Amino acid sequence: MTAKTAPHQLQLNEKGQLRHFLTTEGLSRELLTEILDTAESFVSVGKQAVKKVPLLRGKTVVNLFFENSTRTRTTFELAAKRLSADVLNINISASSTSKGESLMDMLWNLEYMDSDMFIVRHGDSGAPHFIAEFVCPHVAVINAGDGRHAHPTQAMLDMYTIRRHKGAFENLTVAIVGDVLHSRVARSQIHALNALGAREIRVIAPKTLVPKDIEAMGVKVHYNMAQGLQDVDVISMLRLQKERMESALLPSESEFYRLYGLNMEKLAFAKPDAIVMHPGPINRGVEIESAVADGAQSVILQQVNYGIAVRMAVLSMAMSGQNAEQAAQAEGGE
Amino acid sequence: MMDFSRPAFNQRIRISNGRVIDPRNNLDKTTDLFVADGLIVGIGSAPVGFKPDLEFDAGGMLVIPGAVDLCARVREPGQTQKGNIHSETRAAAAGGITHLCCPPDTKPVIDTRAVAALIQERAYQSGYAHVLPIGALTKGLQGQHLAEMHALKEAGCIGVSQLRQPVKDSQTLLRCLEYASTFDLIVFFQSEDSSLSVKGGVHAGSTASRLGLHGIPDAAETVALSRDLLLVQQAGVRAHFGQLSCARSVELIAAAQREGLQVTADVAVHQLFLTDEMIDGFNSQYHTRPPLRSERDRLGLIEGVKSGVISVLSSDHQPHEAAAKSEPFPSTESGISAFATFLPLSYRLVRDGVLSEVEWVRRIATNPAALTGLDAGHLGTGSNANLCVFDPGKRWKLTEHSMLSQGKNSPFLGQQMQGQVRLTLKDGAISFRN
Repeated sequence: MTAKTAPHQLQLNEKGQLRHFLTTEGLSRELLTEILDTAESFVSVGKQAVKKVPLLRGKTVVNLFFENSTRTRTTFELAAKRLSADVLNINISASSTSKGESLMDMLWNLEYMDSDMFIVRHGDSGAPHFIAEFVCPHVAVINAGDGRHAHPTQAMLDMYTIRRHKGAFENLTVAIVGDVLHSRVARSQIHALNALGAREIRVIAPKTLVPKDIEAMGVKVHYNMAQGLQDVDVISMLRLQKERMESALLPSESEFYRLYGLNMEKLAFAKPDAIVMHPGPINRGVEIESAVADGAQSVILQQVNYGIAVRMAVLSMAMSGQNAEQAAQAEGGE
Repeated sequence: MMDFSRPAFNQRIRISNGRVIDPRNNLDKTTDLFVADGLIVGIGSAPVGFKPDLEFDAGGMLVIPGAVDLCARVREPGQTQKGNIHSETRAAAAGGITHLCCPPDTKPVIDTRAVAALIQERAYQSGYAHVLPIGALTKGLQGQHLAEMHALKEAGCIGVSQLRQPVKDSQTLLRCLEYASTFDLIVFFQSEDSSLSVKGGVHAGSTASRLGLHGIPDAAETVALSRDLLLVQQAGVRAHFGQLSCARSVELIAAAQREGLQVTADVAVHQLFLTDEMIDGFNSQYHTRPPLRSERDRLGLIEGVKSGVISVLSSDHQPHEAAAKSEPFPSTESGISAFATFLPLSYRLVRDGVLSEVEWVRRIATNPAALTGLDAGHLGTGSNANLCVFDPGKRWKLTEHSMLSQGKNSPFLGQQMQGQVRLTLKDGAISFRN
């Protein structure tokens, strides 16, 4: 099967509006800003007595999670419900792919149930792209995390958090710390930060956790935490999975924590008003000290709250872009 | 395009006005070539009383020995959803190939006389191309016990290979090589350190990092290649290293050749024209193993072909059913259905000034025939007429329809090709004509 389009071209309609949301790569500053502005308008919905707007009324949104996730799935579900959509959650591990049905066959079945949107998390990098390009091009596909490739809604809620606390991006230095190699969050953050015009992006990790030639994405690599955190405005910590010790990427949690764990002492290298982010779930005492995670500079819990508004923005924009695309195609076909 | 259910029966054929190239016999001139009773019976002048049943005007075309492909999957026995000997030898003939070597990873593996015999029997029945099995180096390709290499040789295997399957340890590999050497069997290596490789992976570089795909570093090939070369030297076995992917591998082979080691190497033609950057968009048609590598590697491989360190070009033909490529990239199967593009793509090296026509013919026919000991890859009078007429100027578009292989998996689909096979003769019979 021949893929013809890079993901960033695939996710826009003829008018340049979002119709899938697969990656932050290749999206313009204007479009990313529009997502943030739209999210801004949705923040208040959660504070209302009736927490709903009718933008997705009558639409069927399917949460397709091929990997376990509680937090991301829940925030997507809440976002869709606040937009008045009907939401279906499908637990894939208990479903058909374990019976040998191919991904394509399974998705075609769902498409014929008149689904309007798939929110997909999958262990394979490129899976949502594959679905959007070949399997169900008429369904809006939202990437909720694919392999090591992208987690664009997480990155956008991080951008929202940064803008909320720091204002403009132009003068910001951002450090991304930890397991960059396995992190789809880091990759999506890097693309978004570059598009939004951040001054400098650093990644800080031991060589075993830095993807090869990552500099080509427009970042500076630091192996030393003190140097890397020098005068940064934003610190984005990444989750470290226990399996990394077993696969000989790291000697021990304690050595990692000693060198790259964020504690108050290391935080002092950053600017005094630097904020600390983490996509969650956090490992206290592995990548971050409790005093930092719960401290004054931490915005970790705000991130969760902004996550719903940002996802509402992405869902409503993609649905409207996909509808416009289908209408244009129907017109062209007549 | 004419379609034959069976190759046309032996005819007397006059191929006129073609540029006849046969490096082995130092022949390169525009002349006529005559075929009768399955043999080449004359070049330049016809034998007395020769009356052709068929005249083929090859004006402006190249008349060359049929290509000898050192690595091509025919998928039979065991994977006929991807292809079979009939479909794939027919596609080979359409690609100008008269001899192809079939790696042992069939199901069952080519580690018994029976499987080797079955493949040759089926190829004989189909009649489109000679299929030469390569036997397994170890039983079941499991890397534990020696395969019955002498029996495999007797059953027609032209060499043995472990492909990319790991061997238990260096001791076992050394013994395998020594045993193969006992019977002067050539060992075909596809050097790969399995601990540095990963299924579904791509070249470890900026594209892999950006797309979040698993990276396979150069070292996956060069570490294994270095060890293999040292063990080959130790065992004194003839060895051929297939489908190189790294510039550094070319240097390692060159160094071994300078030291006088009897080693040869090939590269799959697509590796000379594609790089890892093309995977952008998660296009599974670019999923190959070894992976497509960097531009620097690509240029290093081309340099190796030019200098002769890489003396053979192979197709690494791997047909797949559509479903094998219809998954998210990391879950797809690797490989390209390559017969249709083998000659046009490799001929691009001539147009690009990398190879002369004669050197091109050496790399697709003369050299692979010589290193496998086949009486092929030349146009000697009195020898079996295995040849191909190639029109180097003809432009055409690669479509699924134009691919005779059962596998339509090619990253070149939809692209313009220059150079087209017009006629292929296998033992004097027309196995393809366009």
